[in-house]
Amino acid sequence: MTPRRRRLFWVLGIVAGVGIAGGLALRAFQQNVMFYFDPSRIAAGEVRPGQRFRLGGMVEQGSLQRTPGSLEVRFVVTDFKHEVPVRYANVLPDLFREGAGVVAHGRLDASGTFVADEVLAKHDEKYMPPEVARSLQRNAAGATPAQPGKTAAAAAGVAATASGEAR
Amino acid sequence: MVVELGQYALILALMLAAAQAFFGLAGPALKRERWLAVVPSAACGQFVFVALAVGVLVHAFVDNDFSVRYVAENSNSALPLFYRVTALWGAHEGSMLLWILVLSLWTMALVGNARHLPAAFAARALGVLGVISCCFLLFTLATSNPFARLMPAVPDGNDLNPVLQDPAFAVHPPILYMGYVGFSVSFALACAAMIEGRRDQLWAHWMRPWTVMAWAFLACGIALGSWWAYYELGWGGFWFWDPVENASFMPWLVGTALVHSLAVTDKRGLFKSWTLLLAVTAFSLSLLGTFLVRSGVLVSVHSFAADPSRGIFILVLLVLMIGGALGLYAWRAPLMKSSAGFDFISRESFLLFNNILLTIAAAVVFGGTLAPLIADTLRLGTLSVGPPYFNPSFLVPILPMLALVALGMHARWRRGRLGESRRPLLLALGAALVLGLALSLGVYAHPLTLTPVGATVGFWIILSALIDPIDRLRRRVPLPASVAGMSIAHIGLGVFVLGITFVQSNTIQRDIALKPGQSAQLGAYQFRYDGGQEIVGPNYEGFRGQVSITRNGAPVTVLYPEKRRYWVQGTVQTTAAIAPAFNRDLLAALGEDVGAGAWSLRFQYRPLIRFVWVGALIMAIGGVTAVVGRRQGARVASGAALPLAAVAPGDIREHGGAP
Repeated sequence: MTPRRRRLFWVLGIVAGVGIAGGLALRAFQQNVMFYFDPSRIAAGEVRPGQRFRLGGMVEQGSLQRTPGSLEVRFVVTDFKHEVPVRYANVLPDLFREGAGVVAHGRLDASGTFVADEVLAKHDEKYMPPEVARSLQRNAAGATPAQPGKTAAAAAGVAATASGEAR
Repeated sequence: MVVELGQYALILALMLAAAQAFFGLAGPALKRERWLAVVPSAACGQFVFVALAVGVLVHAFVDNDFSVRYVAENSNSALPLFYRVTALWGAHEGSMLLWILVLSLWTMALVGNARHLPAAFAARALGVLGVISCCFLLFTLATSNPFARLMPAVPDGNDLNPVLQDPAFAVHPPILYMGYVGFSVSFALACAAMIEGRRDQLWAHWMRPWTVMAWAFLACGIALGSWWAYYELGWGGFWFWDPVENASFMPWLVGTALVHSLAVTDKRGLFKSWTLLLAVTAFSLSLLGTFLVRSGVLVSVHSFAADPSRGIFILVLLVLMIGGALGLYAWRAPLMKSSAGFDFISRESFLLFNNILLTIAAAVVFGGTLAPLIADTLRLGTLSVGPPYFNPSFLVPILPMLALVALGMHARWRRGRLGESRRPLLLALGAALVLGLALSLGVYAHPLTLTPVGATVGFWIILSALIDPIDRLRRRVPLPASVAGMSIAHIGLGVFVLGITFVQSNTIQRDIALKPGQSAQLGAYQFRYDGGQEIVGPNYEGFRGQVSITRNGAPVTVLYPEKRRYWVQGTVQTTAAIAPAFNRDLLAALGEDVGAGAWSLRFQYRPLIRFVWVGALIMAIGGVTAVVGRRQGARVASGAALPLAAVAPGDIREHGGAP
């Protein structure tokens, strides 16, 4: 082989290798990327049936229900406009509590209950996942006068605390 | 008053860094010999003042000076003294100070070894380091001053985050930063070589030990972080593909590629411009990592700074520094042509494969880490990328890379032959096949498809790394440090591969609610929950459970997992109990009281998980062996070359070549 042909061979080989790896990575990416939805967007029907996604919002006060003696828990995630009931059957993270922000991974079942396979734990109890803070803030700002002002104000307060204290 | 001293010290350090940058870069350019002499002094002065600033902040922590905002936010008078000191790098401001301290430590190391380099070249490299230091000092003073006062002072501090109150955390950040920031020296040397437009390959010879040291530190730092996350975050995972983990892993991957391409450039004068590009990339990724962690743009367990002004400042800094270096590269790289050729099955081509595959792997991690950020910026929706993407995509380039390691180690430079290594290599492959299959099909049943492959590759790497040392031992030929280092590092890689393979395929985990006396079965192990009791610690209260583990009826160990509630911040923390062993870890963690007298519990059985961290440690030891041995070898060689009586010991070092 002449040096020129050898170089061509190398370049073609490298391009093919990079192409294959890139294609496979892209495929894995498309199949496994998870989008984030808040309860309002779910209510708007943006989620495809059976799609795995991340649900974010606040755990509604007084919504946590336990089956005594088992791991099964149910709670409601709200963005102060819409609610989504959640079912989960693993150990909850340390920082999970009512009235705090939460992000859960899972799917919606036929009845509209979110079946979570993972509920996220974060280091800091003041920590609010940025996307949750943002959607709460948006909802608080866009709240119509018809809605109870108290909720909107509470949401705004929570969101402000969240973005202010995220550090 | 003392605290203000710290701030003045930082300002003085900034001025000295500016002097170091100016005289280092302008001196050689304007051919002012006397300007060059200023550079090391400026660097030393900078180090002294940075160290003074760090000392002042440590003093404020030890002294419980809660009039300093940073101390008030991250310490408490009830905190043990040891953690009051390590709280220094418990949050953003102190971490930046640590970054700067580590940078000035590396700068001092370069000053200490500058006599082996041409004066102008050393001055330029120090000048580049001065520029970096300037930027970070400016950043710290402008946006994240650790010495800011709190008016009025609070009676007691907010305490250090409980997960950071841990011995591993005391060493993890400094060692990780030693690695991260260490690539700045490679970067500076690369920039100096490009500014000078050097056509030779001596710069690669000078850059090699620095790169290997930084690489070794980074390996240790990542392994320590993984180990810490494993036992301290309480839930038994050791790698989450978390953005911050990726941020340290990407420079390591590129650094690994750099270490190997430097070998080619140093020995054969090939891949010069590629090596330079890798040196620039490795440090750019370190900077990017700092940006990702410090700006809080990514959702992560580590991101504690969410101040947008910081993010923009770092972004500008990043663009200037990386853009500058890449511009320099575009201008100068065409000068560095390599002319020599090599055969298809030569060591050069194996190292080229290694580089391509490692770069692809780094790109895969890069894409997955930045995709959420890019999608968010372009308003394509908020998305997240997790292990289901990273695991398979990462394996695609890495598995062939690992399979080629054994061949690459024994291929000849230039010539397309494996020569006399062919027989032992095939023998090693056969033995690896037997061992790998026995372990994956015999000892650990129910494997995944890739388990036998991973096991065989791991064994093949270990066995073929042993060929050379054993051969030399038999022929009674001394083993050069560089060969020993390479063999050790590759053995570490093999150990690591074995660990990952079996952890991934044979881990058993169960989440279960148990009443006292009930038990769960994980493989051969039975975990019985015996109940628990309330406990009170120095700064927390909690609940301690008792879990008895038996194997086929024989008692193995008793674990005491805890659930703690720290008083000051009210943080609840899971403290997992782990029974480590050479071949497996058993873990028990308490969830919560689920009513009816039961607790939710998590049990894990993880085979060979220690191999993952030990493997990384062995890799690092290999790197250090090569560097230290090369230094001593060079000293002995130059000592032998000169009439010993004629030179003082100091002179031997003078002629010792690069460190």
